[in-house]
Amino acid sequence: MTPASHPSASALPEGADRGAEVLRVEDLVKHFPVAAGLLRRRGSAVQAVDGVTFSLATGETLGLVGESGCGKSTVARLIVRLLDPTAGRVLYRGRDIAACGRRQLRDVRRELQIVFQDPYGSLNPRRTVHEIVAQPLRVHGEYRGGEGRRRVDETLEKVGLRPGDGDRLPHEFSGGQRQRIGIARALVLGPRVLVLDEPVSALDVSIQAQVLNLLRELQSELGLAYLLIAHDLAVVRHLCDRVAVMYLGRIVEIGASRAVYTRPLHPYTQALLSAVPVPDPAQRDRPRRIVLGGDVPDPANPPSGCRFRTRCWKAAGRCAAQDPALVDRFGHGHPSACFFAEVPAAPTTVGLPP
Amino acid sequence: MTDRGGGSAPAGQPVLRIRDLVVEFDTPDGVVRAVDGVSYDVAGGETLGVVGESGCGKTVTVLAVLGLLPRRSARVVRGEALLGGMDLLRLPPRRLRAVRGKRVAMVFQNPMTSLHPALTVRHQIAEALRAHDRGLPRHAARRRAVELLDAVGVADAARRARGYPHQWSGGMRQRAMIAMAIANEPDLLIADEPTTALDVTIQAQVLDLLREVRGRTGAATILITHDLGVIAEMADRVVVVYAGRVVETGDVHTIFHAPRHPYTLGLLAALPRLDTDRQSLAAIPGQPPDLVRRPSGCAFHPRCGLHRGRNRCVAQSPDLATVGPGHRAACHYADELAAETARAAGMSAAEPGDGPGAPA
Repeated sequence: MTPASHPSASALPEGADRGAEVLRVEDLVKHFPVAAGLLRRRGSAVQAVDGVTFSLATGETLGLVGESGCGKSTVARLIVRLLDPTAGRVLYRGRDIAACGRRQLRDVRRELQIVFQDPYGSLNPRRTVHEIVAQPLRVHGEYRGGEGRRRVDETLEKVGLRPGDGDRLPHEFSGGQRQRIGIARALVLGPRVLVLDEPVSALDVSIQAQVLNLLRELQSELGLAYLLIAHDLAVVRHLCDRVAVMYLGRIVEIGASRAVYTRPLHPYTQALLSAVPVPDPAQRDRPRRIVLGGDVPDPANPPSGCRFRTRCWKAAGRCAAQDPALVDRFGHGHPSACFFAEVPAAPTTVGLPP
Repeated sequence: MTDRGGGSAPAGQPVLRIRDLVVEFDTPDGVVRAVDGVSYDVAGGETLGVVGESGCGKTVTVLAVLGLLPRRSARVVRGEALLGGMDLLRLPPRRLRAVRGKRVAMVFQNPMTSLHPALTVRHQIAEALRAHDRGLPRHAARRRAVELLDAVGVADAARRARGYPHQWSGGMRQRAMIAMAIANEPDLLIADEPTTALDVTIQAQVLDLLREVRGRTGAATILITHDLGVIAEMADRVVVVYAGRVVETGDVHTIFHAPRHPYTLGLLAALPRLDTDRQSLAAIPGQPPDLVRRPSGCAFHPRCGLHRGRNRCVAQSPDLATVGPGHRAACHYADELAAETARAAGMSAAEPGDGPGAPA
């Protein structure tokens, strides 16, 4: 494999300017109604996503990070419209996906595809790899004889599989190879945007690195934009140009990867980064590790005001009364949603090149 | 918990010695040798990190020691697991049951499957206490259960203990498992991927708790994980397992900064890091071996950058040989790695004290 170059060297699809906005999410809300029961008021809802706004540019990778229940995977499903939003818009090149009819949605899906976490559950075990990868072409009426076969073989090759692998069944492959099949299926229609939902979290370290390298290579070769949903902060740092940190259905901080990782402004981001075990025993007694107390609150009954305040060491009366807006508080192009956001005195992650 | 459990071995003395353990499974594809001559020790007060990828045999080793392998398909072919003077592998099931939960306790990855869903948390911990102390009255066991939950940081333990596992969050359940594990003041705590199912901020809480428990009980700990970050944070010594064999073992600093097995070095290089914008990762090529068709010689040779077509790697399985003080590696060409690891160590060298986190 050739070393991946930075996405700025991308071969972009025709008619696409690098840096042009390709996907935009505006005030996205998804509430799941909870069945009325003894313990819950009638009409209560799990506020899985509650007012999320961001945009994604051509050739760019945006990471969406946060812990379980923060709503990141729901955002992924709303974007590819596996779920309908309660409110808000998902604009793919200016067109609102939530308002699309079937036919328009099909056009959008050609260009906007998703790769799922579980390389075991997301591939039909009775179909050959060729059939699995050909399926999107058939749905779009583009699988025609020799031409269709050739496109599938080309795509398999692109993700590092051999054309001969097309005749085999998914169970004959290891986890890493299966994830390549999932990526091939997402690529075969020639999309511009891939939503990657925890694409490597089921894989072992040595295999994870192969898939991460593949994703980088494909991006620079095809000029793809990625929305990466992941809980592993090191994986996100490795792949992303920008990062959005989510907590209980909201974005608490968004900015350039390097800025968020070295100068996190929101207390939650600071705690999250400091909690990641560092694979270097020389740093185990590093100071300023923040261990948060308690658990994430129930998303059906989130705290008033700032949702992080129940675990926050900076919380004051104001935090319960008012909702802090996600705004660029320091003019660095790095918005945060905290009244007490602070630029850390020193870079917070270790080992940065001077 | 009070101070150290009465049964704990003095620090530094091996609590458990595993010797030349071989475990085989019958599968539809043939016999799989999942553990192929594993030996290691763990001493009182020490945390031994056991690291390796899925299917490498790191969990099967301890399941064999505890007599928890599926009897139908698995068998211990040979080996010893000495706890004090007792060989656990040759203990009758009844006596082994008396050891499990008393002298040796376990914490598994998924607390939801280890806790009974229809019994209160308090009841389960109380029963764990009474299982090994029949004379303990029920009400005293319950009181002790609440004390233990309190000791592992469950807030409002008396009230919450009357709840059922599904009413507890993942982090709280793992605390309950740890409370249950330390209930009888074991000599040895085996934690198998104890934080893998948890979010990172909750993982930090549970790792802190495990550290605290170790300090308080003086128990020996075997920490099994695929996460090199967790190993670096917790372990005193490390055992690296590949294809059913120990390929390297040594002090945690040596393993991370001067590894002498190409697989260990490969794992470290393949890791995306929080602290660098590295462009491309040094992935280990190929796939982990299919143990039904284990590669000849050194099982790592098909993926190894050091092999370079040399016949010895294909023909002869390398023994675990001493390469430094307390440091052993199973590679014919371990000496060739010295230069490479020096370079890698230089790359990842960082000033301690410049740590992550934020002004609190």
